[in-house]
Amino acid sequence: MNADKVLDAKGLACPMPIVKTRKEMKDMDSGQVLEIQATDKGASADLTAWAKSGGHELLEQQVDGDVLKFWIKKG
Amino acid sequence: MSVKAMTAAQVARKVIDNEPLFILDVRNGDAFADWKIEGGNIQYLNIPYFDLLDGVEEVIDQLPKDRDILVVCAKEGSSIMVADMLADEGVETAYLSGGMKAWSEHLEPVKVGDLNDGGELYQFVRIGKGCLSYMAISGGEAAVIDATRMTDVFLNFAQEKGAAIKHVFDSHLHADHISGGRKIAQATGATYYLPPADAEEVVFDFTALEGGFKVAVGSSTVEALYSPGHTIGSTSFIVDDQYLMTGDILFIDSIGRPDLAGLAEDWVGDLRESLYSRYEALANELVVLPAHFMIMDELNEDGSVAKKLGDLFKENHGLNIEDEQEFRNMVTKNLPPQPNAYEDIRKTNMGKITPENEMQREMEIGPNRCAVR
Repeated sequence: MNADKVLDAKGLACPMPIVKTRKEMKDMDSGQVLEIQATDKGASADLTAWAKSGGHELLEQQVDGDVLKFWIKKG
Repeated sequence: MSVKAMTAAQVARKVIDNEPLFILDVRNGDAFADWKIEGGNIQYLNIPYFDLLDGVEEVIDQLPKDRDILVVCAKEGSSIMVADMLADEGVETAYLSGGMKAWSEHLEPVKVGDLNDGGELYQFVRIGKGCLSYMAISGGEAAVIDATRMTDVFLNFAQEKGAAIKHVFDSHLHADHISGGRKIAQATGATYYLPPADAEEVVFDFTALEGGFKVAVGSSTVEALYSPGHTIGSTSFIVDDQYLMTGDILFIDSIGRPDLAGLAEDWVGDLRESLYSRYEALANELVVLPAHFMIMDELNEDGSVAKKLGDLFKENHGLNIEDEQEFRNMVTKNLPPQPNAYEDIRKTNMGKITPENEMQREMEIGPNRCAVR
């Protein structure tokens, strides 16, 4: 899936994946897609809940070995 | 202002002593709804940490001034962040060291009674997950029943008591938590017993635990009573004709569910017979010691989970359903959600898979859900 930007949050523990995602998102325009790569297992539930509460859309998530990948469209 | 850590052991003490506590749980709403720190005198506020990144001002008026505040998250990172932010605003809180993972793993040993000739019986209360394990100690020997995977706790406890662990039992093949039985047996040279009917797919060596089996532990006796229904192999234990370890067949305020190995319809008849015939024939004076509790109300004042069999026959709804069809419906329909990762947990307990420690922790997150009420 195509992304306008990729955020490497691998190796970071909660809360950093969300803190960084949020910061990246602030600099993006509505409709743009951010790809997030994380290894913290909690990121899956938290990014889903965060995207929902922030009005963003979680387009897709994949597991690639130890790496969790998420594509979120800015709302 | 500095941020203090509170350990799972300290929180467990507060829960058992029914002390007031305010928990600010900063996990996401689903995680909080699924599983949280339970206690009779706890007030809660759940706001996910990601809704507090802009500042904590809005929560401050929702926090009490007259009770300790504990910030809780899954692993501790987010709770430290939120506690720090609150400290910057002049609000003193503590965070739960190790988060809900540490809470899930904490074991609180509670003495449940004396055995023959100065022996002692201990219950290990896994307060965050509701698992109960046992150690009978007598004459320098010990037997362990339904040990959890925090095996060091059992090994160290036996050592402190000057007892050698000789016998390690699992009442059944567990589906909600990873057994520490095999590991304890390996570390001590003890015999590891499993009910053979549950162990058909088990890939390691074990000793078959048959009903009627008896073994001496110092001056005490542990006797096995076949009591299927939660699983086809489920076996209870009677210690010194005083204590009845019921595994996942009978709890204080509920009974076992027969569906975690996928065979609810087949096993419901066994469950009824175990509860309504086999247990019915036992002495009312036996103290029931289950392998789980589900709600904090099941804890006695000293933190133990124990009640006389005669009282359970009077008070436990699951033991008082006259109509067989009604019983069947209760234990096969409207069942609560199954425990997290229960299929992988069963495979781990069979020795078919060996997940890393971190993975084992993840698999066990959440409540045990072994009962129907």
